[in-house]
Amino acid sequence: MNTHVQKTGLLDGADLGSVLKTTFLRLNPVYQLRNPVMFLVFVGSIVTTGIFAVMVVRPGALIGGGQPLWFVGLITFWLWFTLLFANFAEAIAEGKGKAQADSLKKARRDVLAKKLAKASDRDKFTTVPANSLRKGDIVVISAGDFVPTDGQVIEGVASVDESAVTGESAPVIRESGGDRDAVTGGTRVLSDWLVVRVTSDPGESFLDRMIGLVESAKRQKTPNEIALSILLAALTIIFLLVCATLLPYSLFSVTRAGSGMVITITVLVALLVCLIPTTIGGLLSAIGISGMQRLIRANVIATSGRAVEAAGDVNVLLLDKTGTITFGNRQAVEFFPAPGVTQQQLAEAAELSSLADETPEGRSIVTLARRLFSLPEKAASSLDATFIPFSADQRVSGIVIKERHIMKGAGDAIGKLVGLKGGVVPAEVTTQVEDIARKGGTPLMVAENSQVLGVVYLKDIVKPDIKQRLAELRKMGIKSVMITGDNPLTAAAIASEAGVDDFVAQATPETKLKYIRQMQEGGELVAMVGDGTNDAPALAQSDVAVAMNSGTQAAKEAGNMVDLDSDPTKLIEIVEIGKQLLMTRGALTTFSIANDLAKYFAIIPAAFATTYPVLGALNVMGLKSPQSAILAAVIFNALIIIALIPLALKGVKYRAEPAAKMLSRNMFVYGLGGIIAPFIGIKLIDMGLAAIGLA
Amino acid sequence: MSSILTGNGWLQLALSMAVMLACVIPLGGYMAKVFQGQKNLMSPILGWLERLLYKACGIDPDTDMDWKTYAMAVLLFSAVSFLLLYVMLLCQKLLPLNPQAVPGMTPDQAFNTSVSFLTNTNWQSYAGEAAMSYFLQMVGLTVQNFFSPAVGLAVMVALIRGLTRKQSGGIGNFWTDMIRANLYILLPLSLILAVILGSQGVVQTFAPSISAHGLQGANQLLAVGPVASQEAIKMLGTNGGGFFNANSAHPFENPTPLTNFLEVMALLLIPAACCHTFGVMVGDRRQGFAILAAMTIIFVPLMVFGTVMEQGGNPHFAALHIDQTASALQAGGNMEGKETRFGIVSSTFFAAATTAVSCGAVNAMHDSFTPMGGFVPLLLMKFGEVIYGGAGAGLYGMLIFVILTVFIAGLMVGRTPEYLGKKIQAFEIKMASVAMLAPCVFILIGTAVAVMTKAGQAGIFNPGAQGFSEVLYAFTSATNNNGSAFAGLSANTPFYNTALGICMLAGRFFIIIPVLAIAGSLAAKKTVPVSAGTLPTHNGLFVATLIGIVVIVGVLTYAPTLALGPVVEHFNMRP
Repeated sequence: MNTHVQKTGLLDGADLGSVLKTTFLRLNPVYQLRNPVMFLVFVGSIVTTGIFAVMVVRPGALIGGGQPLWFVGLITFWLWFTLLFANFAEAIAEGKGKAQADSLKKARRDVLAKKLAKASDRDKFTTVPANSLRKGDIVVISAGDFVPTDGQVIEGVASVDESAVTGESAPVIRESGGDRDAVTGGTRVLSDWLVVRVTSDPGESFLDRMIGLVESAKRQKTPNEIALSILLAALTIIFLLVCATLLPYSLFSVTRAGSGMVITITVLVALLVCLIPTTIGGLLSAIGISGMQRLIRANVIATSGRAVEAAGDVNVLLLDKTGTITFGNRQAVEFFPAPGVTQQQLAEAAELSSLADETPEGRSIVTLARRLFSLPEKAASSLDATFIPFSADQRVSGIVIKERHIMKGAGDAIGKLVGLKGGVVPAEVTTQVEDIARKGGTPLMVAENSQVLGVVYLKDIVKPDIKQRLAELRKMGIKSVMITGDNPLTAAAIASEAGVDDFVAQATPETKLKYIRQMQEGGELVAMVGDGTNDAPALAQSDVAVAMNSGTQAAKEAGNMVDLDSDPTKLIEIVEIGKQLLMTRGALTTFSIANDLAKYFAIIPAAFATTYPVLGALNVMGLKSPQSAILAAVIFNALIIIALIPLALKGVKYRAEPAAKMLSRNMFVYGLGGIIAPFIGIKLIDMGLAAIGLA
Repeated sequence: MSSILTGNGWLQLALSMAVMLACVIPLGGYMAKVFQGQKNLMSPILGWLERLLYKACGIDPDTDMDWKTYAMAVLLFSAVSFLLLYVMLLCQKLLPLNPQAVPGMTPDQAFNTSVSFLTNTNWQSYAGEAAMSYFLQMVGLTVQNFFSPAVGLAVMVALIRGLTRKQSGGIGNFWTDMIRANLYILLPLSLILAVILGSQGVVQTFAPSISAHGLQGANQLLAVGPVASQEAIKMLGTNGGGFFNANSAHPFENPTPLTNFLEVMALLLIPAACCHTFGVMVGDRRQGFAILAAMTIIFVPLMVFGTVMEQGGNPHFAALHIDQTASALQAGGNMEGKETRFGIVSSTFFAAATTAVSCGAVNAMHDSFTPMGGFVPLLLMKFGEVIYGGAGAGLYGMLIFVILTVFIAGLMVGRTPEYLGKKIQAFEIKMASVAMLAPCVFILIGTAVAVMTKAGQAGIFNPGAQGFSEVLYAFTSATNNNGSAFAGLSANTPFYNTALGICMLAGRFFIIIPVLAIAGSLAAKKTVPVSAGTLPTHNGLFVATLIGIVVIVGVLTYAPTLALGPVVEHFNMRP
């Protein structure tokens, strides 16, 4: 499904050397403070290192609590590794981002811009560095120049190579006034020239935003990440309390039992690190970074991580009919001749009238006529004919070959025309016209002089895979709504063919906006895709708004995401990425907490082995010695971070299915799995330790 | 060694559960009507009184409060309650109805006692018959026995309103909720129960203690007093503070198996019914039943486990070939500290119920239970008094766990977690974390301070793990506002009176305030409509997840302490 997401390896362009360097540099306490869970590991590592140092200098020091030196040393070693593994996860996620950012940065060259004093005078410009341009400045860009920064075309037409940003090598047309008036900094004008009004200040352009997103320095925590961090911090405090109070409890127990040794600081630190949610704590930022990267790999730029998370929550999806649900253009599918006219006669007349019609509809009529009746190819220029182009006021187009006036157009327009020439529209044809309209098609009447020849059935072709995708959305609990300018009859027919849940017919910018507001009043989260300037208000109102890169600057600014491929169905992928992000966090949190059960069973009997030997009954894993048990738990705790890095980077697999089913599967895998896995893991590590004589 | 319950034992347990669950729907529905101000069974009889009270107190029953105002009202009300009770306790000697001429309390004990009753804990560091005049029992303590569960119910209703209201600033009116809880729920139920208890021989008199000739020939002073009236609300309001030191083990408080049955039902009644009140008020009864199911599924196995352990008896006795088998002539099992008129099953069911519900009344001495039998009440309290829990308090405590569950489970279905259409975001998680953290902080640190300081150690009489269990039990009971005691700990010292008093306050208000904050925050939110992508919170899977979270949080937090206390004792006792 994620056709845009390339299969990637673990490193995926990240430079191992710099990843390792970052891994160690992140041991900086100031940096560690940002993550309370890992900071506690950091403090713990320093404490045990201190104890180890004291024990080396003065063997038998009280602080060692009688633990063997090798034990304290190994615990210390693995605690540092726990920390390094977490750093590594983050560094690797960032490294991938850097690789992406670097290729983007190449596009952000320090180019010179030709700044105009007056938009009207293209020849009088001053050359200034691109990064001095401010919002509202006017620049001219000639063939071969790089576009200095984001802007809106106010004059001219040019082909632009946008491959640096979109990866798409075919050049695109950018022109003023239309729906393609946006240019992006870093792209290059290939032919002609453009006058552009700058729309972003230095450092805020599209490219800057994109780089900012993949480089974690500017990454802000998303709302859900903040909520989860609070929960993790609370759990950490609880476990800190549990471990800190264990010392007095142990002292008391030893005093009262009159035997055994007080629990050592080393063991307490080991217990603490094992209990606090290091797995999710260590991988949390990697999950966030790689979620953004998945989005970028899908060629979508979000203005914030918040928008990506919101995408996962969307429950109403507004889809433009044209281009999303149907192929952009209507196509001729059938000829319905009038009484007394053969189908071939109608087809030939329709073909002639459309020869000069360059619209997709016109071309589809020519293609259909030729296919059905094997008409010879003929070029419009080879005929001695006059073409009558479509005019908004007559609403017909056609051809005049000598005496033959062949016209095609909407039923009422042709009827009017024929009526002027003394003809009438046969009742059968009128019925046919209504019939086609009811089926959601567009009837096109063809007439020669005063005679109506028949009707061409132009059909909106629904994309073949859209029905299935919409059904998937429904399974996820997302309602799809089709937006169209068509009349309600046509809209209803297409809606039922595509399987959308609702539609808004004869949509204007106002009705769209009203519809979205109404949905939001009811508590729904609305997502929409748009490209035109008239979409901008609706985009701004939507909770998740994806603008097409091919669209206008206004649309891009109103949206909180831009799809570089300009693919309206991309929204579905964005929703999946948003959901995956949350699911991965949830799954690893559950796994992390569930792990604690086994760790208790490993550490508690070991920690109190000398005070209360009877607690050995809790050693259900049959771990070899108190030292190997604690060590095995600490090693497991560190290794699980490394083991889960691929999952954090790739995300938990998302399937379109109801929430209840998804929960039961994830609960089974990460909840139950999280309880069982460490029992096996710790036992195996313990056996390994025993095998090498460390028990 | 017989560890299998008799058919009679199973029947008692099953019957108790069945009667309790049968009462949930009628009472829960009635309470929902009361709190929503709807016409109910009692409104023809009490409606005029309610309106009169509003008029007399100058309350407009429909004025909404935002959460901060509501919380201020709760705090203010509690502060006034504290001051009144504190002063009364100090000046007991000057007050009427004091036939035994009981002197005033010391300041630390008065602090402990007044905090204890206003927080619905009813931890008693005094012996009722010796330290309390009839006036104080009635005007001081019993008044708080009505007010403190009413506060719990009010806070619960405020939270439910937060979940049901849409983009609203208010969560109801504290004074209205208080009046309704007392007038329509606590008073009528107490009246009925008090009369029945009286008919069974629970004393109710202002006469002074009776001097009687005991069986051993010595003169004995039999304490009496207005017991029945206090006994009813002590159970119904999940208070648990006994008129006598022996609490519900005392024959004047709990004379017969029937009164015992009624008392244990009374303490379970309101907390369990609150689940249904919740379901009705949120407009989806399944939500209430799901919570009730989660509570019951945790409660029943633990209760049965405790009963089986007690019935199993003491392994040391078994080694001495002492018959501990249940028969027609004896209850069998570990009868130390239990009343012969109740036997094993009624004692362990009572113990499990009184600790699951944060009542704290006892009809047997928990300290004398076998280690695993005593482990059950301890664990039930450590779950944070949410397995039914206190009146109102149990449900709002459980809803905190529901919020945490929804947060973790909700993430796993790929949506910002939501409960009943309300999004659970950073603020709710922050407040839920405070509510989850507060009891841990006070129990763990309190216990640590007690075992490390001379003042704390002075009260510990039993050796080793048992001594540790006693201290742990005291701090757990106080912080979770339960009030039952493991005995064996001399708690009437300035240290324990003060420390446990602080724990009770913290355990009450560090939960109430976050709960009200959550209520306010949720009330202001929109309600997201349900879709296939919504995490269902009424099915078996959710119930299982909720149970998992409650158990895991409880076990992970207290595993080491439980291991050092009852678990060590248990293994030590095995031959």
